[in-house]
Amino acid sequence: MRVGLVCPYAWDVPGGVMAHIRDLAEALIADGHHVSVIAPASDDAAVPGYVVPAGRAVPVPYNGSVARMAFGFLSAARVRRWIREGRFDVLHIHEPLVPSLGVLACWAARGPIVATFHASWVRSRAIAVAEPMLRSALEKISGRIAVSDAARKSLVEQFGGDTVLIPNGVTVGRYAEGEPLDGWGPDGHTLGFLGRMDEPRKGLPILLDAFAALAAERPRTRLLIAGPGDADDVYERVPAEFRDRVTLLGMVSEEEKVRAYHSVDVFCAPNTGGESFGIVLAEAMSAGATVLASDIPAFRRVLGDGEAGALFRNGDAGSLAREAGRLLDDPGRRSRLAEEARRAVRKYDWSTVARDVVRVYETVTQHQAGVVEDRTDAP
Amino acid sequence: MTSTVVILVVGVVLVLTAVYISWRAGRLDRLHIRLELAREALDAALVRRAAVCLELAASRILDPATSLVLASAAHEARTAGPDEREHAESDLSGTLRAAVEQERFREKLAEAPGGAGLLEELDEAVAKVVYARRFYNNAVGVTRTAQRRWLARTLRLAGRTEYPSFFEIDDTPPASMAAE
Repeated sequence: MRVGLVCPYAWDVPGGVMAHIRDLAEALIADGHHVSVIAPASDDAAVPGYVVPAGRAVPVPYNGSVARMAFGFLSAARVRRWIREGRFDVLHIHEPLVPSLGVLACWAARGPIVATFHASWVRSRAIAVAEPMLRSALEKISGRIAVSDAARKSLVEQFGGDTVLIPNGVTVGRYAEGEPLDGWGPDGHTLGFLGRMDEPRKGLPILLDAFAALAAERPRTRLLIAGPGDADDVYERVPAEFRDRVTLLGMVSEEEKVRAYHSVDVFCAPNTGGESFGIVLAEAMSAGATVLASDIPAFRRVLGDGEAGALFRNGDAGSLAREAGRLLDDPGRRSRLAEEARRAVRKYDWSTVARDVVRVYETVTQHQAGVVEDRTDAP
Repeated sequence: MTSTVVILVVGVVLVLTAVYISWRAGRLDRLHIRLELAREALDAALVRRAAVCLELAASRILDPATSLVLASAAHEARTAGPDEREHAESDLSGTLRAAVEQERFREKLAEAPGGAGLLEELDEAVAKVVYARRFYNNAVGVTRTAQRRWLARTLRLAGRTEYPSFFEIDDTPPASMAAE
């Protein structure tokens, strides 16, 4: 199939939507499809071969944050040409409500159009003002996908209708291999955490309390923490005598993140709720780490009710400390859980997600000749 | 002099109104095309699902009782008239869940010769029914809103196209192949 993907945000700025499109594009290409991505990027930017730059991105405040987007005559003309020359079977627009390339593509194309909604947003004045305009763009979309329940909910509340849900994937292969960080390595004494340190629902305080209890009994146990946040707040929560056994890496690169997953014996996910899927959990499972997670419904599901990772009672530091201790004492159980985790996580691999997306493409392209330029509104 | 201006103004207003009405009519026409395509896609997805179920029932991989209920539900779905179709398709979804959610169903099917391929086809057919129905109902919603507008009703812009109705069935996939 010839697929045209439209990315609304600058290609050279890492972000969730951009990473989603990159991973989807690569999974589709691996599956034998022809893929072209149009994205805001300057002409001299270093982009992969399948990306077509649509012009420099401009930072604009929208939906509560500043995003780098592309619009204007130059971008509109480039999108039009890309559609005309791409001869796509299906056009797949990401975030069509964002005033960037997605809106331009909707305007310039006719035929099978699929759209994926990523963000959830609050009912805002700006959206209300733009609603009639967005509505007519939305009318051209034959298949709507939401990546989460939250995204689906805000779309349905604002515009009605329904969407299918296809969650984000994980590129399992990217995490499978990695050197442990220098001075670290699974040594039977290392616990790990990854996520924002200052966001209470990520549950770091619970892990720190559990660590204090563990550290008192086990002189060699260490804790490795990666993620943004204030270091002083973290150390304050740990008793002074154990502080040298807690290491904060701060914000880590993609490569360091993979290495961090390979540096620990037990990866802890003490999240207290609000997770729909737990991408961090899936990454750790891909890396073959033994996972110990809170028993919130999302984690329970991903870990197959404890088959692919141990669970502790949500919010209970004592339960976390007990389970972590048991895991540290039992290398056999650790490797069994890790083995099962590597198997279970395959269902969240991008190849599976891409297969579902292709099914959406096949559903909307039946009896349709393909994407053509829409001349009716052309200037 | 004044009469020329009046004629001019009236002329401009008439032209603008005509352009607006034809734009609305064109838009409604596009919506009808989209609805028709979505209806065809949904029909194709339902027919495909029933066909895979019949194939599975005839494969001699399942026990005879499961084969029988599956085959009869699929047959009912294929032959139901327009009024019974929603019912029959919901029944097929229910039967399929009962069959697939049996203990070790997937493993047994995957072990049998040709079973893995059938399983893959069934997964796909079930998921596509979910997708196609969502997309169809979406198209119905948008078209209904457009047809109900004052201008469309007064000028009968929809022509003889009937007021579309939603396709409401239970299409919950079996637990092990939940698309969502």
